Amino acid sequence: MIKEMVCVSCPIGCMLTVELNDNNEVISVKGNTCKRGEQYAVDECTNPVRMLTSTVRVNGGVLPVVPVKTAKPIPKGKMFDCMEVINNTVVDAPIRMGDVLITNICDTGVDIVATNED
Amino acid sequence: MLKYDLVVIGGGPAGMAAALKARECGVQKIIILERAATLGGILEQCIHTGFGLHYFGEELSGPEYAYRFIEELKKTDIEVKVDTMVTDILPDNVIVATNNTDGVMQIQATAIILAMGCRERPRGALDMPGSRAAGVMTAGTAQKYVNIDGYMPGKKIVILGSGDIGLIMARRMTLEGAKVEMVCELMPYSGGLTRNIVQCLDDMGIPLKLSCTVVKTHGLERLEGVTIANVDENRRPIPGTEQYVECDTLLLSVGLIPENELTRMAGIVIDPITSGAIVDEYRQTSRPGIFACGNVLQVHDLVDYVTQESQIAGEGAAKYILSGGKNNEYAENTIRVKAESGVRYVVPQNINRSTDKDVKIYFRVADVYKDTSVVVTCGDEVIYKRKKRKLAPGEMENVAIKLDDIAKLSENEITVKLEV
Ligand SMILES: Cc1cc2nc3c(=O)[nH]c(=O)nc-3n(C[C@H](O)[C@H](O)[C@H](O)COP(=O)(O)OP(=O)(O)OC[C@H]3O[C@@H](n4cnc5c(N)ncnc54)[C@H](O)[C@@H]3O)c2cc1C
Ligand code: SF4
Repeated sequence: MIKEMVCVSCPIGCMLTVELNDNNEVISVKGNTCKRGEQYAVDECTNPVRMLTSTVRVNGGVLPVVPVKTAKPIPKGKMFDCMEVINNTVVDAPIRMGDVLITNICDTGVDIVATNED
Repeated sequence: MLKYDLVVIGGGPAGMAAALKARECGVQKIIILERAATLGGILEQCIHTGFGLHYFGEELSGPEYAYRFIEELKKTDIEVKVDTMVTDILPDNVIVATNNTDGVMQIQATAIILAMGCRERPRGALDMPGSRAAGVMTAGTAQKYVNIDGYMPGKKIVILGSGDIGLIMARRMTLEGAKVEMVCELMPYSGGLTRNIVQCLDDMGIPLKLSCTVVKTHGLERLEGVTIANVDENRRPIPGTEQYVECDTLLLSVGLIPENELTRMAGIVIDPITSGAIVDEYRQTSRPGIFACGNVLQVHDLVDYVTQESQIAGEGAAKYILSGGKNNEYAENTIRVKAESGVRYVVPQNINRSTDKDVKIYFRVADVYKDTSVVVTCGDEVIYKRKKRKLAPGEMENVAIKLDDIAKLSENEITVKLEV
């Protein structure tokens, strides 16, 4: 299978053409002008991950919500499952920067941490 | 009258970095005046990550980036007044500010740093017929509703303009359960970062329609839909291409404008292209002792560059204050920096020939260019030349001019341009 994608590792944005075999393994990457492009293509085809950011409801804080992020990138396909957990979570003030608000979200092994105070 | 060595107007990343740098350079009495209830500026609502890669070498969210500077400020005796709005700058660097506890105050400053940021171009700035139904707002307003106030302004959304804030909100609202129908972009290319196109639109399955605009809004009380149309190369709608799209919310992400009301009131000369003040290499404006940095000076897309620019302004203000308010004698000693063929603007616009450091000139290009060179000339002489694989209006670029080269310039004008 052939996949086309834009490398976003730097602003040049090379068009990459990736050749995959039936086991979804990368056979070749074309169009990249540096090594990072190849790595990006392999990551995107085999295990695409994303940082997820959102807000969590707070009881008794100054503001009704506090911003949060995944402590590490999570598999791209799990973003919406994680959103559901995040949206069903309510925490009590005070919240400090970096507080862990949800542990091991959706069995990703990644925590949801506060990115501000409330 | 209150007296300070340095008054910083605006407590966003620009104001905080400038104040901290001035302190580091030895300025004693510093105060930051901030209109909002907290420091941090617009970063407080930018909860996505991607800030600080250049400056901290880490990928932080907006509030986390701001927090690092807020914590630094707490370790100093730099004063901060929040909920305080500066309303005027009088001659002799006297500032008029007002808040609920102090009422109207006059503050005598030796130097002033303008760091008021920018705001989004509102609907009024667009030529779009239709009723004034609820549901039409800027992407930044929606960002505040969702990320600070904690509620969703709509369910079925069309976004006009593919600036980064619009792209970020397309993903944010999709994650929160809204259906983002499409992003329409007037130009044949997006003004946003490629990374945002991939991760905010492609990931979420949201179509990006280039050379396309909203020609009409529908609905009386609440927006019910919009009519979109393709545009020709002169950006005029092509008759017959109209299409109705049902939606309850239209987000506008059509550009930012520096917030320069105060600057104008102070009689400072404004650059018609950047809509910010004309400044020298230390970001001093046409009024001695008044400096400008961050989005009030030129619209930045990366906060890291805001921080760098603000540190330059902080250092410049410190030099001014510590030298006893000596006005640099510019007039005949100034080198003007001009933008030409493909380069839309430059900052700084002036360089003092007797400056004491290498000077980085920041600029944006007018269009997307491939395999071109950035050239800086002085008369017939080329003083800088570098090949570039790709240049785009969405990315701010810079060239560094060496101190030795500045002193040697044969004329009082240099030009930054592109060569194909
Ligand atoms: C909606 C929006 C979203 C953005 N998203 C991103 C992003 O995702 N990534 C990115 O890198 N950049 C983003 N930017 C650009 C961002 O603005 C800059 O990175 C950075 O925040 C600019 O810093 P600043 O201090 O110049 O301005 P601001 O952060 O806007 O701070 C200016 C401060 O000055 C205060 N002020 C203004 N006028 C007065 C007055 N008269 N008296 C007292 N105080 C005053 C304001 O209240 C504000 O706190 C965004 C900008 C906007 C408008
Ligand atoms: S392949 Fe290399 S040069 Fe091309 S976009 Fe990716 S990182 Fe940039």
